Amino acid sequence: MTTTKETTIEASSDVPTIVITREFDAPRALVWRAHTDPKLYAQWIGPRSLETTVLTWDVRRGAAWAFVNTRDGEEIARFFGSFHDVRPEERIVWTFTYEGVPEGVALETLTFEELPGGRTKLRILSLVESFEFRDSMIASGMETGVVEGYEKLDALLPTLR
Amino acid sequence: MDDSSRLSRVFAALADPTRRDLVARLTERDATVTELAAPYDVSLQAVSKHLKVLEEAGLVSRPGPSSRRSPVHLEAEVFDLMTRWIERYRQRAEERYQRLDAVLDRLQTENRPTKTREEDAS
Repeated sequence: MTTTKETTIEASSDVPTIVITREFDAPRALVWRAHTDPKLYAQWIGPRSLETTVLTWDVRRGAAWAFVNTRDGEEIARFFGSFHDVRPEERIVWTFTYEGVPEGVALETLTFEELPGGRTKLRILSLVESFEFRDSMIASGMETGVVEGYEKLDALLPTLR
Repeated sequence: MDDSSRLSRVFAALADPTRRDLVARLTERDATVTELAAPYDVSLQAVSKHLKVLEEAGLVSRPGPSSRRSPVHLEAEVFDLMTRWIERYRQRAEERYQRLDAVLDRLQTENRPTKTREEDAS
């Protein structure tokens, strides 16, 4: 069953935001669970080539979250933030920082909308402090950029021996 | 200029609705400043100013001398750059949500036996 609509993305030219929307072939309660249960979240958030370990996942207003991406036990990237607002099955507002750019912070609002036929629409609005930061996020692609860098290095190393 | 600051400049140039409109019209064909200014209730100077911002962002070029009669040309490659980065970013989000699809599928399969029992009971 693949009636799932592809991810859409919108980078506004008026405000430094990125809006991602995606529909899921699953009821809202499950999509919500996949975001709030750290064991489930770790299964899909990181790139496939990396392992995600959730360090803190305290889904309460004002509480913290953090996760780390590793490959073969080696740390690749670490992310942290706090839950600003949590309304069960409706929305999560959190701050999001990549430790590699500690001065950068995104304010993200995740909205979970129930659709007919047991489907769910997820919308993520990401607001950052400047167009430069927003565009560098789009252009560099944070963790994946790092991963791809390692992959290139992996490919290069055997040829150096 | 690296790609990301170039991208910022493009986004900044497109932040203005008049400039977005100018770009939209130039996607159809090249046009002179006079032609471009015609539908607006603003001076030629104001339109020239907007074109200058677009020109500095690399979005448009004026091959001839900078006169009102020389055609303004849209540099489509700059849009390609922007589209390429956004598409890459979108692709990564899509991959992430395909992983979430798989998690949701599994959760629903796990839930199914319970549902069947409920249906049997009714």
